[in-house]
Amino acid sequence: MTLWSVIGAGVAGLAVATELVARGAQVQVFDPSGPPGPHGCSWWAGGMLAPWCEYENAEEPVLRLGQQAIGWWEEHTTVTRRGTLVVANPRDLPDLRRFARRTEGFTEVIQEEITQLEPDLTAFSNGLHFPNEAHLDPRRALSDLYRGLTDKGVQFHRKPAPAGLKNAIDCRGLHAREVLHDLRGVKGEMLVIRAPDVALTRPIRLLHPRMPLYVVPRSDHVYLLGATMIESEDSGRITVRSMLELLSAAYALNPAFGEAEVLEIGVDLRPAFPDNLPRIRRLGRTIYANGLYRHGYLLAPALAQGVADLALNDTHTELVDEDRA
Amino acid sequence: MRAFYGTELPNPLMLGTAQYPSPAILEQAFRASGAGVATVSLRRESGAGQTFWSMIRDLGVLILPNTAGCHTVKEAVTTAHMAREVFGTPWIKLELIGHTDSLQPDVFGLVEAARILTEDGFQVFPYTTDDLIVGERLLAVGCEVLMPWGAPIGSGRGLNNEYALRAMRAEFPDTPLVVDAGIGLPSHAARAMELGYDAVLLNTAVARAGDPADMARAMALAIQAGQLAHRADPIEARDMASASTPVIGKAFLS
Repeated sequence: MTLWSVIGAGVAGLAVATELVARGAQVQVFDPSGPPGPHGCSWWAGGMLAPWCEYENAEEPVLRLGQQAIGWWEEHTTVTRRGTLVVANPRDLPDLRRFARRTEGFTEVIQEEITQLEPDLTAFSNGLHFPNEAHLDPRRALSDLYRGLTDKGVQFHRKPAPAGLKNAIDCRGLHAREVLHDLRGVKGEMLVIRAPDVALTRPIRLLHPRMPLYVVPRSDHVYLLGATMIESEDSGRITVRSMLELLSAAYALNPAFGEAEVLEIGVDLRPAFPDNLPRIRRLGRTIYANGLYRHGYLLAPALAQGVADLALNDTHTELVDEDRA
Repeated sequence: MRAFYGTELPNPLMLGTAQYPSPAILEQAFRASGAGVATVSLRRESGAGQTFWSMIRDLGVLILPNTAGCHTVKEAVTTAHMAREVFGTPWIKLELIGHTDSLQPDVFGLVEAARILTEDGFQVFPYTTDDLIVGERLLAVGCEVLMPWGAPIGSGRGLNNEYALRAMRAEFPDTPLVVDAGIGLPSHAARAMELGYDAVLLNTAVARAGDPADMARAMALAIQAGQLAHRADPIEARDMASASTPVIGKAFLS
């Protein structure tokens, strides 16, 4: 039986390994950094499964493939299905109308309905409610996948994959750019805060002219504030400007966020191809699966299924853009 | 055609490179419009957008780096120097924001920064208001192009003060003038060209449109139409009808 070697234990690698194992394949995983942790960009993700919201500024496959993600993740980790609420400051109402025009799967809500959904959100007169969206905790999802794989006997090697490996699946994100020359990094910055005085139960998006700002609730009044989108490949530090914008957005949602404590600051680069859609490429004996961009959790299931279709059945699904086996 | 620091633009559309859904769509917008100039922001992050910047270079159009988001003379001057290193061009669109909500330029700082940069050998494209005296001061410190706003950045309101833009055109007959900011629709861009402007600079109207490539093409066509119309010497508007065919003396009136 063929032994498949998945290289990289971020959301892409773990999802691919999980899908392969689910289809009966034998798999091992290589990652010199070890189990999932802060070294990978999927550690810092929002974990929103929000294909309808994302469709506002993404191409059609994100909407279609993203909808399959919620069910896939429910088989492997805890998913919260409470929808998404999109709100805008009164001066940005034209942006809310624009957002509504560009997507689907929502109902328009006014102040009373907003406060009914989220009692701690009282400052907004208009919003959009996307009832079918969901969210998960990325760190929990990664460790659930990891545990699921080790439980099934998958070996994790804490080292780089040996050279000349047969049947390799390279899921190293930006580290694969020496081979994938059209891959670029898009900087994202986020904060994790704890706000005991704020109770939000679903991802809230606040429309903002420069970035898709969101607050995603974790457990224990912990919230993730994300995320900037900067065409830069400097992953060094968060800038004061970005932090100000993230924190003032939270403050605008509810002034009680002013009392929150800042727990973590995350900065990383999302791997992206020019159209910001993921790709599967078979070059020689290696299959490359990469370019999840800001849709790590939303599109990893589709990416994993596409890789499994190619690896096990030699079937080309839509994400395969090159095959030179 | 008035040249921009000695360069004739192949196409009078200057298109921004921010806010597109993806670099692939950005490229489609440039291909569809044939835009002659790409403006690029360096302010947002220092020194590290290499892949994105090389994508902009690969568009094969003239590059006009900008100092978007700068609020002080010092910031703007530093950003301009960085831009010159990154893109190897003396061109700089000088943008110095004075007011947070309207993004109105700080024209006092603008003149000062333009003076410093011109002395440093830059060819400055100042983003300014439609004030004639500010325009004069900018020319006095060495600018050879003026870029008055149509309306606040990103507002899509079109030409807010056509009278002032017309006055500017009359006041500076030999200076290349660009309407920069505020364009929302192709009709706005066409109007600017009908007034005798030399180019139109826009970004949001294309990047945030539902189909950026189609909107970019629509803008390019409108700009071409406006330019042709201006050169064709349009008729004057008048109060009463002026029949294109004489009526008196016709043999039969039905």
